Amino acid sequence: MTIPRIIKKGEFAHKDLVSMEQLTEKEIYLILDKARMFKEISLRNIKKVPALKGKTVVNLFFEPSTRTRTSFEIAAKRLSADIVNITSSASAVVKGETLLDTAQTLMAMKPDFMIIRHSFSGSALYLSKIVSASVLNAGDGLHEHPTQALLDMYTMKEYKNRLEGLKVAIVGDIAHSRVARSNIIGLNKVKADVMLVGPKTLIPTGIEKMNVKVSHDLKEAVSWADVVMMLRIQLERLTEGLFPTIREYSMLYGLNKEILKNLRKDAIIMHPGPINRNVEISPDVVNDKRCVILNQVENGVAVRMAVLFLLRGAEKVSIEQ
Amino acid sequence: MKESNKVILKGEEIRQLISQIAEKIISRYGKDADRLSLVGIRTGGVYLMERIHKILKKKLKTDIPKGIVDITLYRDDIDSSLSKPEVGETELLFDVNDKYIILIDDVLFTGRTIRAAIDVIIDFGRPKKIEVAVLVDRGHREIPVYAEFVGYRIETRENDRVNVVFTEEGKRKEDAVILEKGEKKL
Repeated sequence: MTIPRIIKKGEFAHKDLVSMEQLTEKEIYLILDKARMFKEISLRNIKKVPALKGKTVVNLFFEPSTRTRTSFEIAAKRLSADIVNITSSASAVVKGETLLDTAQTLMAMKPDFMIIRHSFSGSALYLSKIVSASVLNAGDGLHEHPTQALLDMYTMKEYKNRLEGLKVAIVGDIAHSRVARSNIIGLNKVKADVMLVGPKTLIPTGIEKMNVKVSHDLKEAVSWADVVMMLRIQLERLTEGLFPTIREYSMLYGLNKEILKNLRKDAIIMHPGPINRNVEISPDVVNDKRCVILNQVENGVAVRMAVLFLLRGAEKVSIEQ
Repeated sequence: MKESNKVILKGEEIRQLISQIAEKIISRYGKDADRLSLVGIRTGGVYLMERIHKILKKKLKTDIPKGIVDITLYRDDIDSSLSKPEVGETELLFDVNDKYIILIDDVLFTGRTIRAAIDVIIDFGRPKKIEVAVLVDRGHREIPVYAEFVGYRIETRENDRVNVVFTEEGKRKEDAVILEKGEKKL
C-alpha cells in the first residue's frame, strides 16, 4: 500500500490535530489568537467566509454527540466547506466494516478533512496515519479531546485575560475523562495551575506526575480556584461500584448554592456538557452569573474554525514504498 | 536601504496627496456626508483611512463612520499564502446598507485585494455605492478594478515592489513611498 507523505509548511506545521500533546505552547496561543478573529464572523449578518471553499469535510462519529458534531459542522460551513455527516448507527460499521476499510472507502471520495469520534483511545492517531486527509480528533476513548480543551482555554483567557498562573480546579470523574486529560496537558503547557478534585476512585493514582495537585475537598478547591470546571458524571460508572450512590456523590462533589459561597466573585464556572442537573451541578449554579457554559459552546465554533483554517493546505506527496 | 530602492515620495508630498484625495471625496460626497463612510483594508489601508478620516472630520465637522476589513479569508491565493496567514479582525460596526463606501488601500496593483475587500463588505449588506481610493496606483491590473480617487500614478515593472511606509508604523520618522526594483527579466 502506498502511504502518502504529507508536507505541511507554514506557522502551523501539522497535518492533523490528534492531541494537545502534539502542540507547543506557541501553537496553542496561535490557535487561540486566530479563534478571536473567527469569533467575529459568527456575529455577522452573513455568517460565512470563503476560506475553505471547495474543501470537503467528513464528520465521522462512532459515538453519540450533539454539541461537538454540530459545532464542527457549523464551523466548517461558516468557512464555506462542504460537510458530510456519518454516524456509526447509520453506516456500514454496523455491518462489520473495520475502521481501516471505512477510512479507505471514504478517502476514495477525496475529502480534505476527517473529523473522528471513536470509543477507542488512539483511533484518531491511527486514522491520521492511514489517510491523507487532515484528521481532527473529536474525542477518542479515554485519550484526548483537543478541541474541547482549546475552547475551554479560549474561554478562560477571554474571562481572565491570562492563562499563565491561572488556578483551574477540574472536578469529577477524572479517570474516565478525555476532556480532563486534554485540559491538564494543555494547561500545563501554558503554565496554569491545575487541581483535580473528586473521590479517590475517580482519580487515577500517580496522576500527580502530570504536574497537578489533587484534592478530595470541593469546598477547599472552590475557594482556591479562578476557574472551576465541572465534569459530567457518567451514570454508567455507577454499576462499576466507583461510588455508592448519585445522591452521595452529589452531596460531596456536586456544585451547589452552598459551596458556591466560597467561590470568588471574579471566578468562572465551566462544564463541557452535557450537564446532569442535580448531580454534578445544581440548577441555581447553572443560572449563576459566573457560569459560562453557553459561552464555551459559542467559543467552540470559533476555535474549531481556527483549527480547520490552520490545518488547511497540506500538500500531499505520494512516495512509492 | 538597498541601492536599488528609491524613495519616490515622502513627507510633505504625501501629506499633500492625501489632502487632495480628501478634497475630492468632499467635493463629491460632502452633501451626502450622512451616508458616507470610509473602510480601510488591513494593514496599509488603515493608516491612510485614518488620515483621510481626520481631514474629513475637520472639514465636514462630522464624524463619519469608519471600518476596517481584513481580506485574508477572502484571498484567491489562500492555499498558497501559507507563509503569512495573518488573519486580522474585520470591524464593520456600522450598517453598510445604502451607504456610499470609500474603500481605501495604500497601493493599487493587481486589483485582487480590492476584489476580496468588496466581497467582505457585501457580506455585511448592500451599500449604495463602493468606490476606491488609493495613495499609489502602480498599474498591472489583473482584474477589472478601477480607483476613483488616486493620489499618485507610477509606471512600474510587474516584479517591482512598491511599499508605503507611514510614520504610524514606527519604522521611519517620515512617511515614504519606496520603489524596490525587481530583477530584470531575461
